[in-house]
Amino acid sequence: MDGGVGYADMDALKATELRLGLPGSHPPEKPLPTTTTARPTKRSLDDDREARRETSEGGRATSTRATKAQVVGWPPIRSYRKNSFQAMKATAEAAGLYVKVSMDGAPYLRKIDLEVYKGYRELREGLEDMFKCFEGCKGSEYAITYEDKDGDLMLVGDVPWEMFTSSCKKLRIIRGAEAIRGLGSSQ
Amino acid sequence: MTYFPEEVVEHIFDFLSSHRDRNIVSTVCKAWYRVERLSRRIVFVGNCYAVRPGRVMARFPGMKCLSVKGKPHFADFNLVPHDWGGFALPWIEAAARGCPGLEELRLKRMVVSDESLELLARSFPNFKALVLVSCEGFTTDGLAAIATHCRGLRELDLQENEVEDHGRQWLSCFPDSCTSLESLNFACLKGEVNAGALERLVARCVNLRSLKLNRAISVESLARILARTPHLVELGTGSFTVEHRAEAYQRLIHAFRKCKSLKSLSGFWDVAPRCLQSIYSICPNLTVLNLSYAPAIQGADLVKLIRHCFKLQKLWVLDCIGDKGLAVVASTCQELQELRVFPSDIYGTGTAAVTEEGLVAISSGCSKLNSLLYFCHQMTNAALITVAKNCPHFTRFRLCILDPGKPDPDTNQPLDEGFGAIVRSCKDLRRLSLSGLLTDKVFLYIGEYAARLEMLSIAFAGDSDKGMVYVLNGCKNLRKLEIRDSPFGDAALLVNVGKYETMRSLWMSSCDVTLGGCKALAAKMPRLNVEVINDRDESDEMEENPSDMHKVEKMYVYRTLAGARNDAPEFVEIL
Repeated sequence: MDGGVGYADMDALKATELRLGLPGSHPPEKPLPTTTTARPTKRSLDDDREARRETSEGGRATSTRATKAQVVGWPPIRSYRKNSFQAMKATAEAAGLYVKVSMDGAPYLRKIDLEVYKGYRELREGLEDMFKCFEGCKGSEYAITYEDKDGDLMLVGDVPWEMFTSSCKKLRIIRGAEAIRGLGSSQ
Repeated sequence: MTYFPEEVVEHIFDFLSSHRDRNIVSTVCKAWYRVERLSRRIVFVGNCYAVRPGRVMARFPGMKCLSVKGKPHFADFNLVPHDWGGFALPWIEAAARGCPGLEELRLKRMVVSDESLELLARSFPNFKALVLVSCEGFTTDGLAAIATHCRGLRELDLQENEVEDHGRQWLSCFPDSCTSLESLNFACLKGEVNAGALERLVARCVNLRSLKLNRAISVESLARILARTPHLVELGTGSFTVEHRAEAYQRLIHAFRKCKSLKSLSGFWDVAPRCLQSIYSICPNLTVLNLSYAPAIQGADLVKLIRHCFKLQKLWVLDCIGDKGLAVVASTCQELQELRVFPSDIYGTGTAAVTEEGLVAISSGCSKLNSLLYFCHQMTNAALITVAKNCPHFTRFRLCILDPGKPDPDTNQPLDEGFGAIVRSCKDLRRLSLSGLLTDKVFLYIGEYAARLEMLSIAFAGDSDKGMVYVLNGCKNLRKLEIRDSPFGDAALLVNVGKYETMRSLWMSSCDVTLGGCKALAAKMPRLNVEVINDRDESDEMEENPSDMHKVEKMYVYRTLAGARNDAPEFVEIL
C-alpha cells in the first residue's frame, strides 16, 4: 500500500524544508496527523499498520496511539452519537461543585471543586496542601467547618460524603483555641 | 395465470409483501408488469441516484409510501464530503407532480431543506407519516411547516438528524384540531420546545403510542406528560436529572406505575443512578431498552436495572456495563434478539470495558440472539468459534475491535478462523462487519460460506487483491460492499465487472485502486456510475490531468438507470 512518495524523495524534501532551528539539528519525528487531505496521510496509516504488525509480538508500541486516535472515521460511530458524547462530557466537566474556602488569618479565599475528592480524607489533604503557606509557626491545630443550605456552621465529617457535598455551600477553616475547644474526642 | 382476470392477479400480488418478490413478478410478462405496477403501494428506492424520481412516479402512479436512501453508509463516519449530494427536493417535487396521493415518506441519509419540507407539507392532502433518519439540511422552520399544514398527520419520526434550531414555536404549530398523532419523535432536536404546548398536544392525541422527547424536556414535564398518556407503548425520556427526594420524582414514579403498556424505553440523558429506580416497576414489561446515551450509569447500577428486565428482546448499552454486566444480561434476558454495545470511551485510552468474555457469556445465555453490534477492545478466535456454535441464528453480525488490525491477543494470530466459524455456522447471515487483524483467508471463507450475505464492511483487512476477488466471485447475494484502508487494487476491481450490476453499490476508500482502473471499469460498464471523490483541499493541489497511475482516495460505484447525475459537486468526477 505504498503511496507515491518514496524514501529518497523524503530526504530531498527534508533538505529543502524551511524551519526554525540550527543547521544540522532535526526536530523529533512526530506522527503525521491523519486528515483526509494530503497523500502523506495514507503513508502514516500504512506505517501505523506495519508498525502494529511488527510489534504485535512484542506488545503494542505506544507511539501508534496518537495516530490511532486521529484516524478519520474510526471507530465507526455515527457523528450524531459522537457529538452527543462530546456534549455530555463537556457539561459533566463544566459542572463541578465549586465552593469557597476561607481560612482564618489568610488574606484571600480559595475555591475548590468538591467533585474532585472521593471522601473526607482527600478533602483534608487537599486543603492542607492548599493552605500550607499560611501555616506559620503556630502549628496545625485547626477544624474544617462548612456552611450548609440552612446557613448553619457545621463540622465537616459527621454526615456521609454525598450528603455533605450536596449540602455544603462554603468551607471555613477555623484555627487556634476556638477550634481545639470544639473538637473534643470526635476526631 | 394469464387466464385469470386482472383483479384476481392483483389480489394474489397483494400477498407479496417484499419488494424483491414484487420486482420479480413484474418481470414475468407484460401483463403482470402492468398489474403489478398499478397496484404497488409501497416503493423502496435504495439509492436515490439509481433511478430518476420522475420515472418512479410514472411507473407507480398508485404509490402511497415511498422510501429513499441517499448517501453511502460510510457517510455516517465522515468519509463522504459534506456536499456530496443526496438531495430530497427532486423526489418531493416529482411526487407532488406524479403521486399527490402520497401518504408516507421515509428518507435516510439525505439532504432535506426547509424548502422541501414546505413543499411536502403543502402538496399531499392525505399525508400521514414522515420519517427522517440521519438527514440534515433543515431547521425547526421546516418542522413548523409540517405541523401547520399536514392535517391528519399520524407520524413524525426524527431519528438522529442534524437539525438547526430556529426556535421553539414549531411544536405550537400543530393546530388545536390535530388529534391524530400516533408517533412523535423529536429526540434529536437540540433546542427547547414549548412544554405547555407539548403537554396539550399529547393530551388531545388519544391514539399516541410512541413519544420520544429531547434532552430539553425536564423530569417535571415528563411526569405531567405521562399522566396524560397512560397508554404509551414507546417512551424516550428527556433529561432525567432530578433530586430523588423531590416531588417531581415521586410524581414520576406514580406516573410510570400507571403506564401499563410501556414496552420500550430510551433517552435517559444525564440520568443519575438513583433515578433509575423510578423505572423498576416497568422493567418486567420491557422488550426494548436503550441506555446507550447514559454514560453516567456504571456497571453496578446497570446490572441492578437489568435484573428486572427478563422480557428484553432488544438492548442497547454502553460498554461500561462490562463483561460482568453482560454475564448478568445473559442470565436474565433469555429472549434477547438484538444487542448493541457502544464504546463510552471513544479513543480507547481508558481501561478495557468489554472483551471477548462478555460476548461469549451473552452467546451462552441468549440463544435467540440474531443481531449484534459489539465494540470491544479485543477478540479471540476461540471466543468467536464458541459464539458461532452457541448462536447459529445471526442475521447481522458487526464486530468492531477498537484498535484497527489487532490480532488475537492470546495467540497473536489473525482472526480469520474466528470469522470463518461465524460465516460457516450462521447460514442466514445477511450483514457482516469485520475488524481486527485479517488476512486474505477470511475472505476465502466468506466467499465460500456466506451464501446469503448482502452487506459486507471491510476495514484495515486483507493482504492482496485475492481477498476482494474471493468475495466478488463467491457471495451470490451481495448487494453492498464497502471497503476502507485495505490493499485491494485494479486487478480485484476489474476481475468481475458484471457483478456490480447485480449489486446496489461498491465503496472503496484508501485502497490501491487507481484512476486508470476506475476509467477502465466505467468504460466497460456504461450502466454503472463510477464516482471518484476527491477531498476538497486536495482538488486545489491536483494537477490538471492526474495520471492514470494516480491512486484514487475515494471511489463510489453504483448501478443506475439515470446516467451521470447532474447535481454532483466539483470535487466529484463521474467517469
